[in-house]
Amino acid sequence: MLDRNANETMTMFKLITRLSAAAAFVIAGLGMTTVSARAAEGFPIKKPEEVEWSFAGPFGTYDQQQLQRGFQIYREVCAACHSLDLVPFRALGWEGGPNFSEEAVKQLASEYMITDGPDEFGDMFERAGQPYDYFPSPFPNDKAAAFANNGVAPPDLSVMAKARGVTRGFPTFVFDLFTAYQENGPDYVHALLTGYEDPPEDMEVRPGQYYNPYYLYAATLAMPPPLFDDMITYAQNEDDNPDNDVPQTVDQYSRDVSAFLMWAAEPHMETRKSMGFSVLAFLIILTGLTYYTKRKVWANVEH
Amino acid sequence: MQGTSEYTPRTGIERWIDKRMPLPRLMYDSFVAYPIPRNLNYAYAFGGILSVMLVLQILTGVVLAMHYTADADLAFGSIEHIMRDVNYGWLLRYLHFNGASLFFLAVYVHMFRGLYYGSYKAPREVSWLLGVILLVLMIAAAFMGYVLPWGQMSFWAATVITNLFSALPWVGDEITLWLWGGFAVGDPTLNRFYSLHYLLPFMIVGVVILHVWAFHVTGQTNPTGVEPKSRRDVVPFTPHATVKDALALVVFFILFAWFVFYMPNYLGHPDNYVEANPLVTPPHIVPEWYFLPFYAILRAIPSKLGGVIALAGSIFVLFLVPWLDTSKVLSAAYRPLYRIFFWVFVAVCIGLGYIGAMPPEGGYVIAGQLLTAYYFIHFLVILPLLGFIEKPKPRPASITEAVLGSDEPGDSGTPAAAAAMPERRG
Repeated sequence: MLDRNANETMTMFKLITRLSAAAAFVIAGLGMTTVSARAAEGFPIKKPEEVEWSFAGPFGTYDQQQLQRGFQIYREVCAACHSLDLVPFRALGWEGGPNFSEEAVKQLASEYMITDGPDEFGDMFERAGQPYDYFPSPFPNDKAAAFANNGVAPPDLSVMAKARGVTRGFPTFVFDLFTAYQENGPDYVHALLTGYEDPPEDMEVRPGQYYNPYYLYAATLAMPPPLFDDMITYAQNEDDNPDNDVPQTVDQYSRDVSAFLMWAAEPHMETRKSMGFSVLAFLIILTGLTYYTKRKVWANVEH
Repeated sequence: MQGTSEYTPRTGIERWIDKRMPLPRLMYDSFVAYPIPRNLNYAYAFGGILSVMLVLQILTGVVLAMHYTADADLAFGSIEHIMRDVNYGWLLRYLHFNGASLFFLAVYVHMFRGLYYGSYKAPREVSWLLGVILLVLMIAAAFMGYVLPWGQMSFWAATVITNLFSALPWVGDEITLWLWGGFAVGDPTLNRFYSLHYLLPFMIVGVVILHVWAFHVTGQTNPTGVEPKSRRDVVPFTPHATVKDALALVVFFILFAWFVFYMPNYLGHPDNYVEANPLVTPPHIVPEWYFLPFYAILRAIPSKLGGVIALAGSIFVLFLVPWLDTSKVLSAAYRPLYRIFFWVFVAVCIGLGYIGAMPPEGGYVIAGQLLTAYYFIHFLVILPLLGFIEKPKPRPASITEAVLGSDEPGDSGTPAAAAAMPERRG
């Protein structure tokens, strides 16, 4: 049906479509390479280093003692400014968490004063905390928190370990799929807490701001360096057993509190991972059974 | 659903029902005796996977709705209440949240399979159109679902997307106010999104029934693109397709479980664990991964209205595909040129996804514009032209010939239990 002229036109069309597709790709490729240099300028200035966490990977579990130490840091340092609104005292006794004994939880709770009420006279009153209570906020409300902290309320820490994470970038995010890397949050918190340093000489830091190249949103942040070596004596270092002593350094403190915040954000992680193992084992066996059933069904059908 | 029925009621109860409302007959003819081409590969398993995912999303969603509170002040906390205090609430929520992602993964594979094997061509246009309607409904359902946790990304995604309507000339601002139920995204917006998020899945179920009906009338395509011509070309749905789909589903569930149990937050954004705050804009507002290609198209056009038109066009053009493709050959296996352009198109879509995740600056803008242009060129220029330019490879006379090399009756490969042919002749 096609005469020679039409055939030639077709060949030309073919050539044009192929060339334009190729051109689009070359230009798109060029575009991508030119920007990769630019993208590095943003924040954070430094990417957090990966810490080896006991809870990383498919078989990870929390280190109960680490969570107890981390809780001590939260209580004695962070809690001065940061709330932990979503965590009740009772959670501290959960398995797969700090796992404090029932008495210890009761004791801990009772050390906090909780505003309750109104009573039958319509008045609010203070009472000792119970395990079902939640950690009280250090400030009565957000406005008060902001007023006491240079205008910005310190964020709540309940899900902080899941609410921060530095973009991993290509190709790391592909490898993360296979290693099940989910520790962006605690890695970031640890990097931030240990990352305070002197600003570069040409940089002016406003009063009330502190230079930290790991901070996600800017070069400086309003939180002063919160941890110092030996500022806290760990409860577990005070017993008679010297074998379980841990160093009292900023690095150790921040590891412990990061682990605690991970637990606070994801209290059922251990159950999840162990259930995941059973589910995957079941599915893999089921895959085998289904595969052989399928082979049997299709055995006499070429396909 | 049409033509002769294979169903014979055996018991008294079956006969009683069959005379009054032959639902068992319908199910038997659709999912047991229904003939499928014998050469379907695993790319054809995603329809079944999608049906199961849809049911799973509805089941987990209904239970989550029992514990969720659609109130701007309480929504974020109620999600955390589900995660912490509801029995297996963390499991339900992670299943639902990652289920949406896996749902889109499956639907994209399903659509690319349709594009590769020409599943949209006559006489299957209606199946394809219903499929695109399903995609639109899914996009709406997923978007509104993403708003419900009321995190920073939820709030700002809702703000960005609803703001798109303000680009419409004359009525834009009024429509946006009407969508919000106020002067900004807030409590009324959250409430109506929750209501619609609960409604849309059931609309999806309805359209899925029509979708399945449509391709059960025409029969499925198959990798050769040659319609079944004899009983030897087909096998009954059960057990052949049932068991093959089951195997694909179980393998798909392994991937699903990997995400749910070991990396449940990989596909999400950390900012959505920060409660919504209208006064603080996140540094980069990005949608979920499955919307990134569309987001890149939206941002490729420098004007707001232009971006909205491009975004709407990128989906609308899918409705036209059956008429844009001028080739009569269904399967890309016999279309040497189209096969190349198909894979280039897949790469372009992935490229658009990458651009969608990057900040709109520098070379990303240009790359996004080029890829967007190519997206439309593929449908509007390449597809229509290829039908005239391309010289298809010789196709087999029948499916059986493609599989066995010859199609003589009495071949060893004759399916033992081949069932009825549907009453269709291509």
